[in-house]
This record gives sequence, C-alpha cells and structure tokens, in this order.
Amino acid sequence: MSFEVVIGLEVHCQLRTRSKLFSSAPVRFGGAPNTSVVPLDIALPGTLPVLNGAAVELAIRAALATHCTIHERSIFARKNYFYPDLPKGYQISQYEQPLATGGYVELAASEGAARRIRLTRIHMEEDAGKSVHDGSASDTLIDLNRAGIPLIEIVSEPDLRSAAEAAEYLRKLREIVRAVGASDADMEKGQFRCDANVSLRRAGATTLGTRTEIKNLNSFRFVEAAIEREVQRQAELLESGGAIVQATLGYDAERDRLGVMRVKENADDYRYFPDPDLIPVVISAARIEAIRAALPELADARARRFAAQYALAPRDAALIAADRALSAWFEAAAKQPAQPKSVANWLLRDVLAALRERDAEIEHVKLAPESFAALVKLAEDGAITAKNARALLAELLWTGGDPASAIAERGLAAVSDAGALGAVADEVIAANAKAVASFRAGDEKSLNFLMGQVMRRTQGKADPAAVREILSRKLGGDEGVTP
Amino acid sequence: MSARTEPLGTLSELRAALDAGAVTSVQLAERALARGAELDARFRALLFPRRERALEEAAAADVRRARGEARSVLDGVPLAIKDCIVQAGEPATAASRILSGYVSPFDASAVARLRAAGAVIVARTNMDEFAMGSSTAHSCYGPARNPWDPERSPGGSSGGSAAAVAAGIVPLALGSDTGGSVRQPAALCGITGMKPTYGRVSRYGLIAFASSLEGIGTFGRSAADCAALLDAIAGHDPADSTSLPEPPPRASASLTGDVSGLRIGIPRDVLALPGASPAVVERVLAAADVLARAGAKLVDVELPHMRYGIAAYYLIATAEASSNLARFDGVRYGLRAHAPGGVTEMIEATRSEGFGAEVKRRVLLGTYVLSAGYYDAYYRKAQRVRTLLRRDFERAFAACELIAMPTSPEVAFRFDAKADALSEYLADVFTVPANLAGVPAISLPCGVARPEGGGSELPVGLQLLGRPLEDAAVLRAADAFQRLTEHHLRRPAP
Amino acid sequence: MPSVSREDVRRIARLARIRVGDAEADALARELGAMLGYVELLDSLDTSGVEPTATVIPLATPLRADEPSEPLAADVAVMNAPAAEGSAFAVPRVLGGEAEG
Repeated sequence: MSFEVVIGLEVHCQLRTRSKLFSSAPVRFGGAPNTSVVPLDIALPGTLPVLNGAAVELAIRAALATHCTIHERSIFARKNYFYPDLPKGYQISQYEQPLATGGYVELAASEGAARRIRLTRIHMEEDAGKSVHDGSASDTLIDLNRAGIPLIEIVSEPDLRSAAEAAEYLRKLREIVRAVGASDADMEKGQFRCDANVSLRRAGATTLGTRTEIKNLNSFRFVEAAIEREVQRQAELLESGGAIVQATLGYDAERDRLGVMRVKENADDYRYFPDPDLIPVVISAARIEAIRAALPELADARARRFAAQYALAPRDAALIAADRALSAWFEAAAKQPAQPKSVANWLLRDVLAALRERDAEIEHVKLAPESFAALVKLAEDGAITAKNARALLAELLWTGGDPASAIAERGLAAVSDAGALGAVADEVIAANAKAVASFRAGDEKSLNFLMGQVMRRTQGKADPAAVREILSRKLGGDEGVTP
Repeated sequence: MSARTEPLGTLSELRAALDAGAVTSVQLAERALARGAELDARFRALLFPRRERALEEAAAADVRRARGEARSVLDGVPLAIKDCIVQAGEPATAASRILSGYVSPFDASAVARLRAAGAVIVARTNMDEFAMGSSTAHSCYGPARNPWDPERSPGGSSGGSAAAVAAGIVPLALGSDTGGSVRQPAALCGITGMKPTYGRVSRYGLIAFASSLEGIGTFGRSAADCAALLDAIAGHDPADSTSLPEPPPRASASLTGDVSGLRIGIPRDVLALPGASPAVVERVLAAADVLARAGAKLVDVELPHMRYGIAAYYLIATAEASSNLARFDGVRYGLRAHAPGGVTEMIEATRSEGFGAEVKRRVLLGTYVLSAGYYDAYYRKAQRVRTLLRRDFERAFAACELIAMPTSPEVAFRFDAKADALSEYLADVFTVPANLAGVPAISLPCGVARPEGGGSELPVGLQLLGRPLEDAAVLRAADAFQRLTEHHLRRPAP
Repeated sequence: MPSVSREDVRRIARLARIRVGDAEADALARELGAMLGYVELLDSLDTSGVEPTATVIPLATPLRADEPSEPLAADVAVMNAPAAEGSAFAVPRVLGGEAEG
C-alpha cells in the first residue's frame, strides 16, 4: 500500500509584549512561582480582563506577514474546561470570529514553483500556567507566571506532506514572526510550540484519514522525529489491517517514542461562547493599513528584490534573504565597488562555510562588510590569487582588519610580473626534466604539475593564469596549448 | 418586640447632624453596629461586621470634618456592602461556603471610590449565594428576614442590604442587580433601590454571576439618598472593559422636583401578565396618577416581548454563571474538600460541598445551555430574543422618557410559600427586562397592600425605567414622586 | 417538555465538576426538565434575521497600553491558598488523562 502523509500544524507563539494579554502583570521567563501575577492571573473573584493593545498590533503584524485577511471585528470567546493550571476554569481565546483567516506560508522548492502551505486562521488567546509534578511528594505544584501571556495560535491547513516539510514550514514561520517583531519565538523558552496533526491516506484519496495529535513539540528536530515515528506507526497499523484511533500523543525525545496521553472518545465540549467581559474587538481598516505600512521587508520580498537589484540567481537570493542580519551585511558589502554577484558568490561559498564551521551567526563576524567587499575586488582584479584570498578571508573574518594592509604585511601580493615569473618558470623547468619531457610528449597533466611547482616557489602568490601562459610558451608551443 | 437601639436616620438627617456637631462619625458607626448586632438574630442582615477598622475610619472622618475638610456628603457616614463586593483585607464570600476563609487583597473600584469619599463601611450584608435567588433564603448563613415581617423574605438577592436599610441599621447600602436583585428587595422592604445603566458603575470587584446583565446598585431611604450614593460610585473605570467611557452627570444636582411635561409610558400588556397581584397593579397605577396630576403625561406603550424575558434571562444568566463560577475549584483560594484520588476528585468534592442547591441547579442548567448541540437553540436564541426586547424599549422610549410598572408581582412572600425554583424565577418578570436591555431602573415605595393569603399590609414598589444613560432622569422622577407622597417615610415597627 | 435523563445530568455534572448522587440526579433531571420546558416558550418566537445581542454597550472593547505593573508579592499571591509549597499552589496529583474537559 502506498500512503500519502497528511500533516497539519498548530503553532502557539508568544507575542513579544511587556505585559500580559488581559492583565498588566509583567511577561517574564523563569522566576520563582507566582511572582509575575496580579489578581486577574490567579482568577480572584471580582477581577476582569482588559485587552493589551500591543498584543493586537503584534498579532496583526504576524497575520499580515502571512498574507491573512484581517477581520476588523473579532470576538474573544471563552473555552471552558477544568485544569489546575487554568485558573479561571476557562481560557479566553477566539472561536467563531477570529482575528485573521486565510493566508499562507511559501516554502522554497528545490525546483519549480514555491509551495504554498495555506493557513486556516490566526487567533489570539492567553497562555495557561504550568503544572510541575513534584517528584517525591504526592502533590502537583501550580505556577501561574505564564498564565495570561499573549499567544497567537497559527493553524495550518493539512497541506504538509512530510516530516521534513513540516520542519521547513516551522522554520519559515518562525523566521517570519521574528522578522516582524511579533515574537522572539525562542523555542527553548517555550515561546514557539507546535502540535502536529498526522494522518495517512491512500495515495490519490481525497478524504482525510483518522488523525492523531502530537502535542507540545518544541524543537524542529523533535517535530521531524515525532512525525516520522507516528507516520511509521500508522503505516504499520494500516498495513496490517488495523484502524487508527483518534488520540492525543506526547513525544518522549529521549527515547524517541510516542506515548498516548489521552484517547479521544468524543470531541471535547468546550462550550464556547463570546466573553461578556470583553465585547467585540474592532480595529479600523486605517489602523490595519498603518501596521502593514510599518512592516519591515520580509524574506520573500527581499529575495525577489535581491534577484532583481543585484542580478542574483533566485536560489542564491533566497539563501541570503532568509536571514535578516546576513542580508544587511550582504547589502553593505554589495554597495562597495565589487560585482554584487561576486560578493554574493564569495558570501555563499566562503562566509557561510566559515559560519557553519563555528556554528556562529553573522553578528559574530569581525570583518566589516566593506572590507570583505574590498578583498573580493582585490581577488577579482588579480591583486591576490583566489586561493590566497580565501585563506586570508577565513582568517580576517574572525580577527577583522584591512585586507590591503594584510596583503602587504604578509607579502601576499600576487606575483604576475612577467620577468619574475619567467625566472621562476625557468628554474622549475630546469629542475623537473622528467615532467617537461612528459608534457612535450603530450601529457597535459604534467603542465599542471609544473604549474604547481611554480606556485610553490612563489608561495602561491603567482597568478595561475599567467603561470600557465609563461610555462606553455617556454615549453615551446603556443600551438595547441590553452593559455 | 421593640428594639433597644434606635434606627439611624436618612442620609440627609445624618449629614445635618454630623455637620451641626450633634453626633460624631464614631458614634454613628457604633450605633449602626450595635443595632445590626441587636437585630441580627431577627433579620440576619449583616455579615462580617468590621468594628475596629470602621471606628478608625470614622475617627479619621471626624478629624477631617473638624478641619472643614469633609470629602463629600458621604464623609463619615456608615454604610454596608453586599457580600459579593470585595474589600481589601476583608472576607468576601458571596454567602457561599466555597469562599469560606477568603480574604480579598484588593478593593472593588466602587469600594475604593466610597473610601475616597470618606464613607465608613461598617459591615457586609447577607445575600442569596452568588446572587442567585430572589429571597435571600439561599444563603449559607441562613436567610435574611424582612423587617416588616420576619416570617417573610426581604427579597433577593440583595436581601441583607435592603433589610439593613429598612431596619434603620445603616442609611445606605450597596447591592448588585442581575435580574432585579436590588429593585425587588427594595420593593419588598419598602425602601428605594436603584439599578443604574449597565456600565455606569464599575463591575471590577463585583464577584461575577452574569457578566452581561449585572451591576452594582444603591439602596437608601429615598431617591435623593440613592442619588448621592450613585454619584460617589459611578464613573468610567479602565479596569472594567464594559465600563461606560463618558463621565456621568451628577444625579444629586438634577433633583429639581419637576415632572411637568414628563411622558410616562404605561405598558398595559405587561400589567396584564399572569401572576401580578391586582392590589399591586392598582397601587402602581395610582402612583402613576400622582405623577400625572403633578404635570406628567401618561402614554400607552407596548413591550410585546416582555413575556419572554424570564426565559431569555435564565438562559443567558445561567450560561454566564456556569462559566464565571468555574474558578471555584479549591486550587487557589476558598474551600478545599478532601477526597481520595487526584485533583479531579478534589475539585468535584469541593464544588459539591461548597455550592448550595440553587447554585448547583443554575450551574448545571447553564452548562447544559452551552453544551454541544444546544448552544444555538438555547443561548443564541436567548440573545436574539434579548435583541427583540431591546428594540421594544427603543420603540417605547421614542414615545416617553420613563416607563412605569410594578417591581414585584406580589408583596413580600412567606419563606415557606415558594414551592419550587421555577416559581421563584417567575417572580422576576418585571425586573429582568431592565437587565436584558441594560437600562436604568429604580424601585420606590408607592403604598401598601395585603398579601394574597391575608395578613398585615406590606410595602408595594413602583418601578420606573429610563432610557440608557438617563440615570439622573430616573432619580429625578422618583425624587419628585417622593416630594409629593409619604410612602417612603413609612418604617416597619421598631 | 424536553426530557432530561439521569444520564444527561451525570454528563453535565461531569462537565461542571459537580458530583451528584442518584437521588439528586433524578431530582435535578426533573427540575432541569421543567426549566427547559418553560423556555420552550421561546420556540414560538420568530427570531430569524435577528442578531444575537453581543453587548448592550454600543462600543468596542477598549485597548490597554502595554505597561507592566507591579506584580503581587509572592506571599500575597498564595495568601488564600488551601495548600502551598513555597510560592506555588499545591494540589493533589494530576493523574493521567485528566486534561481538558
């Protein structure tokens, strides 16, 4: 049987506000239990919610950045259920009339058109507190510091088709919310959490299979691993004639195993109704436009701009544009008199490799982008051999400094003076009779060997093209030798 | 049996006495508490008297007055607040076991304003548990009783506040009105009780029962007293998202006594609703005539959807209540019952032991009304009916400034008279519409009548409803009526 | 009159986290049935095209500035707690499968 994997993701993303969604308590990470709460967060009798305007703005930014339709009028609804870390016995969320619907996230395809993952909706809601199971004692401890922190819930359509694609979607989504300043999306701090809905169906089928939900995945690696496990499990079950039971699963990362948290016999009855303490939220079209106008340039738009403005290949443009800081660094370099395309190539090849090697970000690089561009130009102009330039770059990235001075200090200037090169060529020819004979007998590779010898004697400073030309001439044949 | 203590006077009487130096605030606070204690066994009006702190506050008021620095007309005047309005450092139980031991760390906004005005809160008042009831029989502390006849209910859910004012324990009190819980006790106890426009007084600090319907209301011996109390507590509050943004006009300043040209709507179809006692209707119509003779004009209006009000009210109120009371789970405050098992068993045991029967009934009904498959048929339907009723009022108020009708279909009933919950609910027929529409409404005494089963005469309440935001107009008309009549001067024996 | 069964009452009571014994469940079934029977009165009203009331206030929800306030001192936060451990609320163990609903 060949199955199609169908995945939908729900992401809970903490908004970057200073106070909570409905209370004025400070938003903090860590801290002793219940040290970041005001009476509303503990649901004391008589307390009432008041909506944080900044949360609405940040939610709208995220929704605009994902091409959603923003609804000028939306309603907060109560989602009623009992859990010790849910102090009011209900969560204030949005149900029938959410802030935003529609929208999509584009994933770069290796070939062909970008793939669009559609969003169902983005709505605002408050986070719950935390339950900590006190290992030794028989009690559960409740900390409400997190209760009330503003979240947006970003729900995708079941458009994802593999675990890897799911991870890519999450990376892209995370970058978007960070880029517009809606969220820091620090996964280690639980600011960007994912639930995955996974089902399988026969290839070609149009209805959806029974799905399971894997809750609270907080790293890209775990998302991919957990989904792969579940796909495997479901495939094996279906292949052996079994049926999938709708359930909520948790992923044990240490053991790479899924466990059943709850079997859903019937849908939960949350008894949603509009929160009478809050009355409808109304945002004017003018305000939405103002937020849209103030959005920073997003990766996709930037990639298109790079391709057009700097004549970069779309794939190269996308690679650089994906990182805001890297993009800024690139553009500073591209302003300098070197070909932007060369700058891009060196960036993609050498700078990124160096960053990867040290697991560093562009912010850690000491070399100024203008100096980088200068070095690229020197290499392009032949003032230094490409090989030496790359080696120098690898060093200067972490020490900083002026390339021209470094070249002079270390005597790295390319040797292309015909006289000097000629003398070295003569030496090499004299010292390598065997190779000379081979070459004259027709073995092209021997020329490379002789070139290598010249390079060695010039500490790699000779311009390879010039060396080849001089050797070829001296070895007696303009004819048939490619300079 | 005559009481040893004297009833306290009205606000104006006390103010005059204080200003003349005839009495001190400390003395007034002492007298209020002494009378409350003396009458406790008989009426159970007060809860949690706060003697020490009240006397400190009264003493401070005396100092201010001596310096000519009285903060307001309420400075140094004792009053009481319903047990569902929180006060910092004081217990707040909403007459429920589930909140035993709970002390609020913050003041309700209305309380903060009262304290800023210099008023001295001497005690809390008895009520139906979580404001669910029209009798104050559903209190975990035992019922409050009607000062006119202790065998009878003072009404509810603010029965304690009404009894305290009617018995002369305090001149003023705060209550809350969700479906009539200020107006109906006022009517049954022969005093004046007012429900302001929804959003006029902040709900911050009012223990929530039905959020879209309720608000804090005022009790006094007269409309003028209610106006003074309303002026002290009304106004925009950023802590309440449903608080009206505009500053309210000062009601006390608009009590001109003039009703000439005032159009008063009489809804004949409403008066014909089943259950309304003929004697009550007769007193109410007579009261309307008094106003007509003073220059008001009576016009016929129709409120065709009023007969659906109770059904809509109980669906909406219980639904909201079922959600508002979910926070009482024994986790963070209040009662925690012990049960074998885990946290779910603890929560169930706590709520089962902590809630009284009426509260359980309403929470279950509300849960049902919101549950899957019933939401549209019940809750949403009720909210649509609510819209129809609001339109009725809009149409009626195009033809008049006020609407007159009874507050309660009957006079104070005996505690053993109510056969079942549903019949208690039906007595709210005249009061719930003002909550559904969010309009201001007042109940004031307009005479006495004998109860159906016979017995001595008991107070009848006239209800006046006004246009949204026209709280001052409602108080003005009520005050004008009280200048022309003496019903509000009647007191129960001792 | 809609019939409310003992099972209905048990289901609702579970949702509301209220325990009801058999006798209580039967009594409640009758009472709820009577109340729901009363509200059937609304069925005769044609409300098609009528918007449900969202609020009686003719406004939108106000927005608050993003200014954090002083949080409660930890001991105040738990001052009414039936059981606390340090500044955390303590409850009997949350057993498996209890979350939500």
